[in-house]
Amino acid sequence: MGDDRQMKEQRVFDKIIEVKNVTKIFDDTTVIDDLNLSIRRGQFVTLLGPSGCGKTTLLRMIAGFMAPTSGNIYIEGQDVTAMPPYKRPVNTVFQKYALFPHLNVFNNVAYGLKLKKIPSGEKRTKNGVTVDVTRKFTKAEIAEKVNRALKLVGLDDYGHRDVNSLSGGQQQRVAIARALVCEPKVLLLDEPLGALDLKMRKEMQIELMKMHRELGITFIYVTHDQEEALTMSDVVVVLNDGLIQQIGTPKQVYDEPANAFVADFIGESNVISGTMIKDFCVKFLDTEFVCEDKGFAKNEQVDLVVRPEDIKLYPENSDKGQLAGQVLSTVFKGTWYEMEIEANGYEFTVQSTTEAKVGQKVRLAIEPNGIHIMKKLRTVNEFIGEVTGENWVDFCGGSFEINTFVDGVALEKGTSVKVYVPFDAVELTDDEDDGEIGGNVTRSLYKGNYYQVQIYTDTDEDFYIDTTDEWDNDDRVGIKLNKDKIRLEVIAEDESDEA
Amino acid sequence: MKLKGIKKNNDFRPTFFAFPYLAICIIFVVFPLMLVLFYAFLGPSGVNGFFDANGKFSFELFFNSFTFDNFVTVFTSENLILLLKTIGIALLTTVICLLISYPTALILASKPFNKYLILALLFIIPMWMNFVLRVIALKSLLYMIGIEDGFTATMIGMVYDFLPFMLLPIYTVLMDMDKSYKEASTDLGANNMTTFFKVTLPLSLKGIVSGITMVFMPVFSAYAITGMLGDTNTNVFGGKIDGLFVTPSTWGKGSALSFVLLILVFATMLLGNLFSKRTAGAKAAAQGGAK
Amino acid sequence: MSKKIVLVFKWLFLAIVLACIYLPIMLIIVYSFSSERNIGGQNGFGSFTFSLYSRLFSNSSLMEATRNTLIIGVVSALLATFIGTFTAVGLYYMRKGKKTVNFLSQITVVNAEIVTAVGFFLLSIFLRDIVKLPVEKGMAWLIIAHTVITTPYVILTVGPRLNQLNPNLYEAGLDLGAGPMHSLFTVIMPQLIGGMVSGFALAFTLSLDDFVVTNLNKGTNVNTISTFVYANLRRNLDPAIRALSTILFVVVLVVLIVFNIIKRNKEKSASGSK
Repeated sequence: MGDDRQMKEQRVFDKIIEVKNVTKIFDDTTVIDDLNLSIRRGQFVTLLGPSGCGKTTLLRMIAGFMAPTSGNIYIEGQDVTAMPPYKRPVNTVFQKYALFPHLNVFNNVAYGLKLKKIPSGEKRTKNGVTVDVTRKFTKAEIAEKVNRALKLVGLDDYGHRDVNSLSGGQQQRVAIARALVCEPKVLLLDEPLGALDLKMRKEMQIELMKMHRELGITFIYVTHDQEEALTMSDVVVVLNDGLIQQIGTPKQVYDEPANAFVADFIGESNVISGTMIKDFCVKFLDTEFVCEDKGFAKNEQVDLVVRPEDIKLYPENSDKGQLAGQVLSTVFKGTWYEMEIEANGYEFTVQSTTEAKVGQKVRLAIEPNGIHIMKKLRTVNEFIGEVTGENWVDFCGGSFEINTFVDGVALEKGTSVKVYVPFDAVELTDDEDDGEIGGNVTRSLYKGNYYQVQIYTDTDEDFYIDTTDEWDNDDRVGIKLNKDKIRLEVIAEDESDEA
Repeated sequence: MKLKGIKKNNDFRPTFFAFPYLAICIIFVVFPLMLVLFYAFLGPSGVNGFFDANGKFSFELFFNSFTFDNFVTVFTSENLILLLKTIGIALLTTVICLLISYPTALILASKPFNKYLILALLFIIPMWMNFVLRVIALKSLLYMIGIEDGFTATMIGMVYDFLPFMLLPIYTVLMDMDKSYKEASTDLGANNMTTFFKVTLPLSLKGIVSGITMVFMPVFSAYAITGMLGDTNTNVFGGKIDGLFVTPSTWGKGSALSFVLLILVFATMLLGNLFSKRTAGAKAAAQGGAK
Repeated sequence: MSKKIVLVFKWLFLAIVLACIYLPIMLIIVYSFSSERNIGGQNGFGSFTFSLYSRLFSNSSLMEATRNTLIIGVVSALLATFIGTFTAVGLYYMRKGKKTVNFLSQITVVNAEIVTAVGFFLLSIFLRDIVKLPVEKGMAWLIIAHTVITTPYVILTVGPRLNQLNPNLYEAGLDLGAGPMHSLFTVIMPQLIGGMVSGFALAFTLSLDDFVVTNLNKGTNVNTISTFVYANLRRNLDPAIRALSTILFVVVLVVLIVFNIIKRNKEKSASGSK
C-alpha cells in the first residue's frame, strides 16, 4: 500500500491542480466555458483578465466555495469537485482580508490551527485492527506556529493587537499569515493587493514573491493588473469571456501574444491587420515587412502586434525605416517619451528615449523581431437558428429571408441550423431602427485600417464585425445583414438535443 | 471524455440554515390559514361531523359537512355594522395618532432636540411595558377625571396604546433623512412652508405608510381595549371573532369572520404596497435629481 | 426673538404629549403606595403603605400569572432568537427562493392578530383530534405560538447587521477548516451578538405584551398577566396589580437605560480608537 501511494504521488507530482472541462453557468450566463488548466507544483500562477472574465469564479471553484456546473477539479490527482472547502488542502487570502473582527491578531492566525487534526501514530483496537489516530495541536505548538507565521509576514509583536486597529497593509499581512500557517498545498490569492495604495502594493508584491520562493508552495494569484501579473508570476493565464486566451511565461504573453485580445490587454501595443504574403513576409499598411513567422497560408489575413518600444524613429530624410509618418502628440513619461505618430492612416503609439516634436516628419523602422503575427481570432459569427419556412430562418431574435437550399436540398421547417455570418456581411447603423437586430457596442479594437467591434445583442448574443467607422462602448446600434453572404449548416440530431 | 451530471449549483452556500424556519412557517403559519378557510365551510359539528356514531370516518358525512351556511349567517346587518364601526374606530385612531405623532416626530428630529436621543426614548418606553397594565392605569385616570362615556374612553385608550407605533417609524425616517435635501430646497429659494410640503413630507411618506400599517389593522384585534374601557355597545371585529370560539358549534362562523378579515388584510397590504412603491419611485426620482 | 418663542412652543408641545403618556403610569406608581382599594375614591390617597407589595407576593394566582408570563417570554424569545438568527444567515446567502421565505415570514407580521390566534386555535384542535397528537392548549403550546409570532421580528433585526459584514467572512471560516455549523457559531454569530440581543429584547417584550393569541390558546388553567387582569376585570381586581405595574415599569426603565449607556459607551470607544 505504501508503494502504491508513493507511485501515485510520483505520477501526480507535477500537476498539483487540474481543471478539466469545467463550465460554470450563473442564471443562464456562462461565466466559465469548458475550461482546461493544469498547474504545476511550486509555480506562481496568475489568472489575469478584465473584470467579469471568470478569473475569480475559477479561483472560488478551486477553493471550493462554488461547484462547477459541469466538469471536474483535481488536487494532487484526487477529484475534489464535490469536496467542501473545509476539507481541501488549499487556503485563500481574500480580496478584503475577511479577518475575524472579534478575534485579535494571534487568534485570527490560530483559528485554522485549532481545528486541524494531525496524525499521531497508530492504535490497535480490540478487534486487532490498526487505525490511524489523530490529535489536535497543543497550545504550545499553536503559539510557536502562529509566532513563526507572524514573523514571516513581519508582524512579530502584533499578536495581541485588535485587527480593526491595523492598517490595510497590516491586515493584509495577517490574512496571509492566517492562510499560510495552515501549511496549504496551494495558496489562493484573490486580488489581495487591490485595496492597497500604490507604494504599499509594490512593497507587498516583492514580499509575496520572496515568500513564494522561501516556502516553495504553489501560489494561484488572481488580478486584473497586467503589470502585477508580469512582475510576479512564473506563469500567466490570460482569461476573457470564460475562456483561456493564452497560457505562458510573462515574456511569452508579452512578446508573443496568442491573439489580438492578449496583445491589446497586456502592455501598450499597436494591433494591426495584415496579410501574409509568404513565409517571413507580411504586408500591412500597404507596405511589406520582413518578419520571423511562418506556416500561414498564402495571403492569409492575420493580426499582428508591434510593441511601442520596438519602433525606431529616424529623421525624415534618412534612408532607414519602412514608413513615413508625422508626430501627432508627445508626452514625457519620466524616462521615455510616448508619441502618437500617424503613418499610412494608422496612429502608432511609439516609446523612445529621444523626443520628436509635434508636427515633425519622421521615418518609422520596425525590425523583423518587433513584429509578432497572430492568427485572426474570428472571421465569422456563428449562431444557432431554426428554419421557419421556405427561405426563412429565425435567429438572434429576428426572422430573415435566407436561401434555405443546402447542398441542393430544401431544409424542412423546424430544422435547427448553424448560421454563419461573415464579418463583411454585417453592417452597423447609427439608428437602431434601420437595423434588423438591436444591440450595444461592448468592445472596439483598432486594428490599423479598421476597427473590430463587438456588439452584445438584446437576445444575449455576441456579434463581431470589422468596420472602418469608430464606435464607442455602450453605443446603441442597429445591425443590418447582407443575406446573400450568410451560409447555413444543418445541425446533427443528437447535437441539437444537447443544445 | 466529458464528465457530466454533477449536481447543479451545489455551491457551498449555507442556505440550509433557513430551512428549519421554512418548515415552521409552513406548519404553523400557512397551514393554520388553510384550516381557517377549511373550517369556514364546515357545519356546526366541525370535523367531528366527518365521523359516524361509531367514530368511523364516512365519506358521505364528509361531503355533507361542507356548507355555505357560515357565510350566510355571518353576513347579518349586525356583523356588517360592527365591521363598519371597527373600520371607523381604526380610521379615527390612525388619524389621531398621525396628527399627534407627526409634529412630535418633526420636533424630535429637528435641532436642537435631535441631540437628545434619550428624549425620543422617553416617548417609546411605555411600548415596552405590558399594554393591559397600561390600559388599566389609564382606566383609573379616566375614572378619576370623570370620563365615563364608553366610546370616548375607548378612543383615548386606542390612541394611548398605538401612539408609539405611529411615532417610531416616522421619527426613524425623519432622523435618517439626508439634511442636504432640505438645505438644497431652501438654497433654491423655497420658504420653510414650501420646503416642508415639497420635500420633507413626501420623503417621510414611507414612515407614515409603515406607521399606518402598524396601527390600522391591529385596531381590529384590540378587543382587550374595548373590553376594558368600553361599554356593552363598544366592540371591535376581533372581539366578536374571539367570542365565537368559546363554544365549538360556532367555530365555523368564527372562521368565516376571520376569513373576511383576512381578505381585508390583503386589501390593505396591496394598498400599502402600491403606496410605498410610489414613494419609492418618488425617492428614486429625488435622488436622481440630487445627482 | 421669534425663534426663541418657537423653541419654547416646541418644548411645551413635547411636554404635553409626554405628560399625557406618563400621567396614568405615574398615578399607578403613586397609588401603589396607597392604603386605598380604589383610585379616586372619596378618601383620596389614604395613607402611605407598602401593603400592596406584600399583597402582591401573597396573591398566588397573580404570582403564577407573572411566572407564566416570564417563562413563556424568556423561552420563546430564546427560541425565536436562535431560529431567527439561523434564518437570517440562511436568507443572506439565499439567491433563489429568498422572496418566498421573506413573504412567508411577513405573514404573521401583517396579518390581523386575531386571525393568527384563530389559526393556532384550530391547529391545536386539528393536531389533537385528527392527527391524534398529545397537543393541549397551555404553556407549551403558548411557547410554540409566541416563538412563531416573534421570530420574524428577530429576522428583521438581525438581517440588516448581516449586510454590514464582510461577505467572505463565513467562507474564510470554511477555508480554514471549520464546518458550516462551526463557522456559523465561531465566525458569524460573534459579529451578530448586538443584533441578537436586540432581537431577543424585542421578542421578549412582544411576548410579554401579547393578549389576543394568548387568550385563545392558553387553555383553561393557564394565565399570563394580560389574560389574568382581563379575566378578573369585571370581578374584583386585586389592587396589588398597581404594585406589579410599578415593579414592571421600573425594571423596563432600568434595563433600557443600562442598555443605552452600554451602547453609547461602545460607540464612543469604537469612534475613539479610530
